[in-house]
Amino acid sequence: MTTSYRVMPGPEHFLPPSAASMGIRLPDPGQGHIHGSIVSEEEALEEAARRFLSAKVPTIFPGPLVLWAWNDKAAKKAKAIRHLYETIKECVHSSQHAMLIPMPDYRPKYPKINPEIEINPNHPNLTIWHNKIDACMFVGVHCHQANLSLKIIRGGTTCYTIAMCAQAGHEDAMLSVRDATADKIIRLADWVKKLKGSVAPPAEHSA
Amino acid sequence: MSKERIKIAEELFDIMPAEYQDLVKRATYGNEQRGWKDIGNAKELIEEHSLCAGCPESMAFRYILASLPNPEDTVMVGSTGCTSLVFPHVGVHNIHSLFGNQNAIASGLKRALTVRFPDRHKDVVVLAGDGATVDIGLDMTLQAWFRQEKFTTICFDNELYANTGGQESGLMQKGFVAKMAPVGKTFEKVRLPEIARESGCHYVVNCTVSKPNLIEKVIKNAVHIAREIGPTYLQLYTPCILEIGKNSMEGLQEMRDSEKPTERFAYKEYVSEPAKELLAELAAKEKERKAEAKRQLAGQTA
Repeated sequence: MTTSYRVMPGPEHFLPPSAASMGIRLPDPGQGHIHGSIVSEEEALEEAARRFLSAKVPTIFPGPLVLWAWNDKAAKKAKAIRHLYETIKECVHSSQHAMLIPMPDYRPKYPKINPEIEINPNHPNLTIWHNKIDACMFVGVHCHQANLSLKIIRGGTTCYTIAMCAQAGHEDAMLSVRDATADKIIRLADWVKKLKGSVAPPAEHSA
Repeated sequence: MSKERIKIAEELFDIMPAEYQDLVKRATYGNEQRGWKDIGNAKELIEEHSLCAGCPESMAFRYILASLPNPEDTVMVGSTGCTSLVFPHVGVHNIHSLFGNQNAIASGLKRALTVRFPDRHKDVVVLAGDGATVDIGLDMTLQAWFRQEKFTTICFDNELYANTGGQESGLMQKGFVAKMAPVGKTFEKVRLPEIARESGCHYVVNCTVSKPNLIEKVIKNAVHIAREIGPTYLQLYTPCILEIGKNSMEGLQEMRDSEKPTERFAYKEYVSEPAKELLAELAAKEKERKAEAKRQLAGQTA
């Protein structure tokens, strides 16, 4: 099935369609997707690094699958995520502000979450608006909750979304890599380092 | 039973919200002597909730969660009602079932956990209101007991459907007039504790939640007996202060008034013979543990 639909930063509208229903398909092993177009994994990692380097507030949202050391792989991924965050911090311009905000759980919270310290899949837009996040990466979030959040973000914000998925990737992100491992996260950090200085930081006056 | 399975990844510990850091550092997971006295000293498995101010159900939740002998290996099954507003906030695995289905869900869950984890105690505790337990879910409640399913059923009995505005329930007392039951109930309160006994429950208690030490004792007994022998049932009076026209501060007194010897929540307990033997064994072990602790303390100070 071919489609002219592209998964682009929003705000798309209140209830954006799922990208899958618009004909966007998931990448095969060794591939990724950018805006719904299938590309090689390396190309997707490079583009993700560019997006981090060109954002005002590049942010990583680690979910419960990596926040909790429930097995060795999770602990290694957590280490790699911290390394990626430190690398982004090192490589961005002083006008940019890298963030690392957890999605510790998926439960509805009353009366509301604190958007400075966490993101909740039921209203991820609150954290994105509050911190003026313009590029983010989901990692370690269960697929169903990631899809829900990615759609809400696309529906109501201008944020660029990246999904580093341990399974088959996410059509609802603007860029996705599949079969995430600690090594793959470190490769992304290597791309950030490699591209440092070659990507223009965001202009001060732009929104 | 240990905290080993409840660890935050070291590299991301600092970004976790304080409530999770507290849960890992200061909660009583893995402590077999945990109980209601930890409330205020250790991180509770329920703190914030969305129940009404002064709600006796919130007290009951605190005491129950503080008393579970094995919270890291316990799954609670809830049903629709005020309890389902609390479950998203508790630090124990929980499943929200369809209204009335809770004992059927718990049956399958307990069997699956027994197959999946043959070497580990996995406790299942159903916690539902009187509508789910006695009216809409009575079939599932009784069938689980008939089949001798090894889990605990706790009924928060507030004697009406409080969450939907005050309709009559089977556990409502005769003659009671509620907002949506204006003519008054025409038949007696269903005697579920007696039905539970006749249906094969090995431990049945009917009481209020006015005394935390009593709740700790009955929760521990019920969970241990369900784990080793068969079904157990606790019917706890948790009045809905809004629906019976009381103020926030009057819930405790309402429970005290209802547990007097002639009242409907006077303490009643049934323990089957095998359950009595088990409780005696547990009491002997506890006595030995305390004696050993005393000996060790004396050795340290000598």
